[in-house]
Amino acid sequence: MEKKIILSAQGLTKSYGPITVLDHVSVDFREGEIHALIGENGAGKSTLCKILSGAITPESGSIVTGGQTYPSLTPIKAKAAGIGMVYQEFNLVPELSIWENLFVGKEIRRGPLIDSKAMLQRSRAVFADMGVNIDCQAKIKDISVAYCQLVEIAKALLEESKLLILDEPTAPLTNAEIDILFRVLAKLKADGISMIYISHRLEEVFRMCDKITVLRDGQFIRTMDVADTSKEELIHLMIGRELSQEFPPRPGRFDYAGANTVLKVEHLTNRKLKDVSFELKGGEILGIAGLVGAGRTETVRAIFGADKLDKGSISIRGRPVAIKNPSQAIKNGIGLIPEDRKREGLMLILPISINMSIVVIQRLCRGLMISSRKEKELLQSKVKLLSVKLPSLDKPVSSLSGGNQQKIVLAKWLSTNADILIFDEPTRGIDVGAKREIYDFLFDLKSKGKSMIVISSEMSEILNLSDRILVMHEGALKGELFYQDATQDKILSLASGLA
Amino acid sequence: MNTKGTAGKLISFYNKFGIIFILILELIIFSVANSNFFTPNNLFLVGRQVSFYGIAGVGMTMVLLVGEIDISVGSILAFTGCLSATLMTQMGLSIPVAFLLTLLLCCVFGLVSGTLTAVLKIPSLIGTLAMQTIIKGFTYLMTGGSSVTGLSDRFKHLGQGFLFGVIPIPLIVMVVMFALGFLLLNRTFLGRRIYAVGGNQEAARLSGIKTRAVVVGTFVVSAVTAGIAGVLMAARLGTGQPSTGSDFAMDVLTATVLGGVTLQGGKGFVLNVFIGSFIIGILSNGLTMCNVPEYWQWIIKGLVFLFAVAMSNLEALMSKK
Repeated sequence: MEKKIILSAQGLTKSYGPITVLDHVSVDFREGEIHALIGENGAGKSTLCKILSGAITPESGSIVTGGQTYPSLTPIKAKAAGIGMVYQEFNLVPELSIWENLFVGKEIRRGPLIDSKAMLQRSRAVFADMGVNIDCQAKIKDISVAYCQLVEIAKALLEESKLLILDEPTAPLTNAEIDILFRVLAKLKADGISMIYISHRLEEVFRMCDKITVLRDGQFIRTMDVADTSKEELIHLMIGRELSQEFPPRPGRFDYAGANTVLKVEHLTNRKLKDVSFELKGGEILGIAGLVGAGRTETVRAIFGADKLDKGSISIRGRPVAIKNPSQAIKNGIGLIPEDRKREGLMLILPISINMSIVVIQRLCRGLMISSRKEKELLQSKVKLLSVKLPSLDKPVSSLSGGNQQKIVLAKWLSTNADILIFDEPTRGIDVGAKREIYDFLFDLKSKGKSMIVISSEMSEILNLSDRILVMHEGALKGELFYQDATQDKILSLASGLA
Repeated sequence: MNTKGTAGKLISFYNKFGIIFILILELIIFSVANSNFFTPNNLFLVGRQVSFYGIAGVGMTMVLLVGEIDISVGSILAFTGCLSATLMTQMGLSIPVAFLLTLLLCCVFGLVSGTLTAVLKIPSLIGTLAMQTIIKGFTYLMTGGSSVTGLSDRFKHLGQGFLFGVIPIPLIVMVVMFALGFLLLNRTFLGRRIYAVGGNQEAARLSGIKTRAVVVGTFVVSAVTAGIAGVLMAARLGTGQPSTGSDFAMDVLTATVLGGVTLQGGKGFVLNVFIGSFIIGILSNGLTMCNVPEYWQWIIKGLVFLFAVAMSNLEALMSKK
């Protein structure tokens, strides 16, 4: 028999500009259940949860809870309706004690004074309910990440939440800490608290959850009982999409055995990376797949000298090279088109021209002085190459669309004549048309003999562009697939650490 | 973002042409208020006064362009005036040698301020605040608090003399400094790097720019330009005065920000600072000629500085909406 519905999302829709991130999604969440929400990056899980917790307002649809129908919620209304959100990022004050953090902004008062004793007592009671033994007077900065998470959960419980939303709660935890968290969640469930559980880790979903809802590209796909499904089915439902001619045809078969090694990295190790070693062949497109936080960006940043390495060596065409900063990487013919173009790729307030020529500006000089003729030649040739329509090169880059901004970043790196180009999420946040242009462009570079590393969270991009695919999970390489053998299922099971 | 209100239009209009209007307005007001103001004689005196702000303003422009600030320039002004005077009068060094030694020490000050900012990541407002006090301490240690006298007439000529009998020599130095500043910032790759670091430090670093070196470099330039102003100031006063420069940092900053250089970095054109320097120099001179008491002058200058900063901030705020 089905349990009572505690919260119901009905036809929720949200879009940012032309992109619909949540498309008429309806899900029922039932009392006393742990309900998993799964899907690829960008499937709409976080957006849905943000609507349910009142952080953002949907364009249409409604939320039904406690016999009331709301067109939208605010954080205050959501709390009043018993919905508590535990975000990935903690909102705790490190210098304050646990109990002080629980009562920040809602101190128990006696007259004008705060009643520390009452708050401490109340804090102890909440943790006792959770079955957690903890010293409530300890400072946040002295407790582990797992306990910080428990404090966040306690905060939500203190507000009489009936439904907790947990956004990837295990992402920062070790295995032992996950066990602690799961014991608490099981206790809460036994006490009748309902939970929405977002996770990338399917094994956890099977271990903890009762129901699973799959989202894909902002659409509701299916809700199932955990007992009635399998990992394979879930992976299939999460990806689902047929690949179309979003992508240009591959430029011929890549002769892996015959190609020489251009870049070789061995035992790259730092805070985020565990002994990463691989080779990049001349004229190859090497894809790196993995979930958010798997260490893909960290790998390429380390190669580019943007992050420090504790251990590891890099050689280019058989010659060991020392790369301690981006400047040395550039001298060795490496270019990095970074993940976040606004923060890392462009100087938004500066003119297009300065952004395009900054890496090579010294080469355009006679002595100290910039040759404006040489600079103009360079700019014009790159503008032509990228077939980008620009108002004027003197306008700030911020005046361009996302796609054109990305082309400026490309132009900047093409100017350097780097023969190893690293693309970190090259099509993030740009529209379909511009995406196709960038794919065409990558293949064009390939035919000119450039070697490339492409990181992407879009499975279809990885599968359609790469000659070879590396899959990362938690800072380590989990597998290598040639494109002929690669399937979405294989990549996703490697990326979730299942295989 | 395209739909700016009337207020937005006014502000961006101000940021394009405002300083010219302010300059003209100032000239009109002071000419009306005092008939001696708009005379060639007084205007050249104003020009001499302006040149000290302008020379240091070139260096300050570079520091602001990388998104930092240098408030130690006032102490450097006093220190270099006293040091160069001491080197010449008590150690018998020639003018060029004393000048060079003084500027060399300025490089050290700049290196320290820059390192505090770029390497130790101390906010430059705080780091140069400390430097200001430290350098002031050195100045008083060196002079015992009294002015350094006995300077040669040849040296005094650098501050008091005129070219062709009309153009003050410091004014010529200022024009040369602005020309150099313009070439460096707008015509060399070094200038591009300064703008790039101010535009987005992380993007600049990922473009292969050694951002720390660039930041330190701007502090060195700022200290050196303040030092040049300081030596010329000693020549103009005829003595090394440990107590000069108490409002200098404020005046130079006002001139720079009025010239359209933003405190956020990456934006500004050094030649507009030339005009900014005149506005602040004319303000000082005009208020004094109109017998406005010094205490009132402080209040007015503080308000003008706030006005300049507010106008440049407002545009940034408007464009964010």
